[in-house]
Amino acid sequence: MSAPVLVPPLGEPRPQPELAVTEETLPSGLRLVVVPRPGVPLVELRLRVPFAAPTARAAGQHTARAAVLSGAVLLGTGRHDAPGIAEALQAHGGELSVSTDPDRLLFATTLLADGLAPVLGVVAEVLTDATYPAGQVEAERARVAERIAIARSQPGVIARTALASRRYGAHPYAEQLPEVDTVAAVRSQALRKLHRERVLPAGSTLVLVGDLDPAAAVDAVGSALGGWAGEGTAVAAPPVSLTAPGALQVVDRPGAVQSNLRLGGPAPMRTDPDLPAVRLANMVYGGYFSSRLVENIRERRGYSYSPRSSVDHLAAASSFLVEADVATEVTGPAFLEAWYELGRIALAPVTADELDAARRYVLGSMALSTATHAGLASTLSALAGSGLPPQWLAEHQQALARVTVEEVQDAARRFLQPAGLTAVVVGDADRVTEDLQTFGPVEVVRA
Amino acid sequence: MTATGADLTLRHPVERFRLENGLRVVLAPDRSVPVVAVTVSYDVGMRNEPEGRTGFAHLFEHLMFQGSANVPKMEHARLVQAAGGTFNGSTHQDYTNYYEALPAEALERALFLEADRMAAPAITEENLRNQIDVVKEEIRVNVLNRPYGAFPWLQLPQIAFDGFANTHDGYGSFVDLESSTVDDAADFFHRHYAPGNAVLCLGGDLDVDEAERLVRRWFDPVPAREVPPTPPTGEPSPTSVRSGVVEDRLAPAPAVALGWRVPDPVGDLDGYLGTVLLAELLSEGDASRLERRLVHDDQLAIAQSSYVGLFGDPFDVRDATLLTTQVHHPTSVPVEKVVAAVHEEVGRIAAEGVGPDELARVQARTEAQLLRQADSVLGRTLGFATAELVHGRAELAGELAARLAAVRPEQVQVAARGLDPGTVAVLELRATGGRR
Repeated sequence: MSAPVLVPPLGEPRPQPELAVTEETLPSGLRLVVVPRPGVPLVELRLRVPFAAPTARAAGQHTARAAVLSGAVLLGTGRHDAPGIAEALQAHGGELSVSTDPDRLLFATTLLADGLAPVLGVVAEVLTDATYPAGQVEAERARVAERIAIARSQPGVIARTALASRRYGAHPYAEQLPEVDTVAAVRSQALRKLHRERVLPAGSTLVLVGDLDPAAAVDAVGSALGGWAGEGTAVAAPPVSLTAPGALQVVDRPGAVQSNLRLGGPAPMRTDPDLPAVRLANMVYGGYFSSRLVENIRERRGYSYSPRSSVDHLAAASSFLVEADVATEVTGPAFLEAWYELGRIALAPVTADELDAARRYVLGSMALSTATHAGLASTLSALAGSGLPPQWLAEHQQALARVTVEEVQDAARRFLQPAGLTAVVVGDADRVTEDLQTFGPVEVVRA
Repeated sequence: MTATGADLTLRHPVERFRLENGLRVVLAPDRSVPVVAVTVSYDVGMRNEPEGRTGFAHLFEHLMFQGSANVPKMEHARLVQAAGGTFNGSTHQDYTNYYEALPAEALERALFLEADRMAAPAITEENLRNQIDVVKEEIRVNVLNRPYGAFPWLQLPQIAFDGFANTHDGYGSFVDLESSTVDDAADFFHRHYAPGNAVLCLGGDLDVDEAERLVRRWFDPVPAREVPPTPPTGEPSPTSVRSGVVEDRLAPAPAVALGWRVPDPVGDLDGYLGTVLLAELLSEGDASRLERRLVHDDQLAIAQSSYVGLFGDPFDVRDATLLTTQVHHPTSVPVEKVVAAVHEEVGRIAAEGVGPDELARVQARTEAQLLRQADSVLGRTLGFATAELVHGRAELAGELAARLAAVRPEQVQVAARGLDPGTVAVLELRATGGRR
């Protein structure tokens, strides 16, 4: 095959638009981030409320209550029932979604640009006057319990929860999905108390991005959410103490036609100067299609459709994660190749071309993902969760531009070496355990 | 027409021309962010694959990423990603598309890559065997190794339709995939991947004259080939109820899907738009008819949804297609009760119609969702490309918000009358494996 001599060179990069950020803190302690953007006549709203479980002991119950609360908070207010809330938002193109993760509760919606004031009014009503009607809460908790049972039947969810539980042990992050029985016991009184104590403006951040006038948006938020108050301060997740990776765990799923390989270990936090180098090492390893892992186990060996690695951030812990779903019969060989590529990147330098490609891709995909109202709003909301301002984006881009081959290698040696990673394989234990014992001790548990 | 609908139409003017070799080209400039999208859509999809070659359209999509005359294997991905861009392809019922979103300065590189594989993809025995393995893993991830994997998209068409085009498994049987040959691929390419059977659409930060010059530079040399006529995929509307049962040993709870034939998306767009809004009115959000009735009032369901088109995009399909209502319900609720409640709610709209306020709210929500999709350069460009290919008019993508805003309550009522309980296809999923 001939070399790609024809390939057209890249032109001159065009400047990225600068963000015009307005930041305010209301007297209640609510932080407000407003960014006008060209584009469609919509506004994206993200309200992030810190919602971590305070202790590992409380995590099971807290996670269950948070799961029910995220649906039940929309079941009614003093003025509207559930359909009434939905109608009031729908008239302005909105639909409020409420979701939880181990760190926060997130209220999110898109809305037509001229609907900002009325939509903020509905959001304020939900924040200050949710009633948690007992009968409807019982129905909601039953639905949440059913949905969790369905989620727990998905192999990807089984793998994710098993890895978290193994990595975080006695930290609240170990509890990623609540137990069905705990959910089924959640009462409306407990939700009202949780809402009163934890859905607080202090520590929360409201992000508005899109077709808006910043000054008018600040005023609209001030008048709509001025009545949202509350005693107490936000609870953040306690610090994570690292545990050494134990034996490889096989979660038995008899009859499974695939195995879900997962490896995970610590990564630098968003504020850590090591982060840019680790992000780039991750890219070269398995972070995008042009990576070593994809070339090896997908394009050369056909073991997996979508092998990948990533750097993931929670408020109190960041992670380097490797994922590959592979046919049962190649579980051992696929694990070997994923392991080999981790060892290789930890011990031998990446090439300058690999680093350049990874860097351009990371910078380009950051630009793409923040080139929509929704993408920018979600990114800024996530940064706020780490206590970081919007300006962090530009600083991080500059830091990425400076990373050297030596720094990538140093980062890979410290964070990607396979001996430092916790491994979980979900699959048919009878068929995969013996091969996996090639790599060391294996512990088998039931799904 | 609402202000925002008009706004969207005006801000995205569409330019088009056709090359000598038959390639249709659509340019949709918008210079607000320094991003361009390049898409090539070929007029061949799952419905067009021959008997004995189920899954071939999708397998062939994978082969288009295996290199071409001037691009070695893996190099397509590297050239796009090392320019800061992303890429993918997807196989639909009626077409297959390939796309890149990149910084504006990489436009010409993407055109080179697309032209090179339009002229001559590198299909070898080794690449074919490799991608058959990859596709089998894709099917294991998405279908075989998970609960509800084929439900209802691979299973409902089998009972809702009669002809091979509409009923067969578009992901492909392992037997058909494994017996595919390089000759099959060469034939498929020759038959369906002619420039005259494709639409090239560029969107985003581009200068129209410069873009046209670059398009001509790279695509003019691709030789013309004969273009097959688009085979009709429509079939007569059903006249009776069809029903089926599937067993899912991985699923912890049962589910049911109801599918009704809907108006021809191309031949009767006005009728079809009423159906699109009906699906939203039935199922979108807590204010919708089925969410209220099935989830909140009667507590029959864990979750429900309704959508038009097999993959949930109503504007990317030709005839024949379905409005599907999908309900996950607890084991304790008999499926007959769920089905009866759905028919009753549809029947209420058919008999009593829908109030203008309720419809206006649904229209506002639908408009916001369309605008949101159009905010991304890639999303917008794919919309233009599909509209050009399926409807023959890229402009339609920009007009949809306004067209939907103009739908009257009577059109939604007529659409509901089309969801006749006497011609529905009902697929019941039984959870046979117990909780695990």
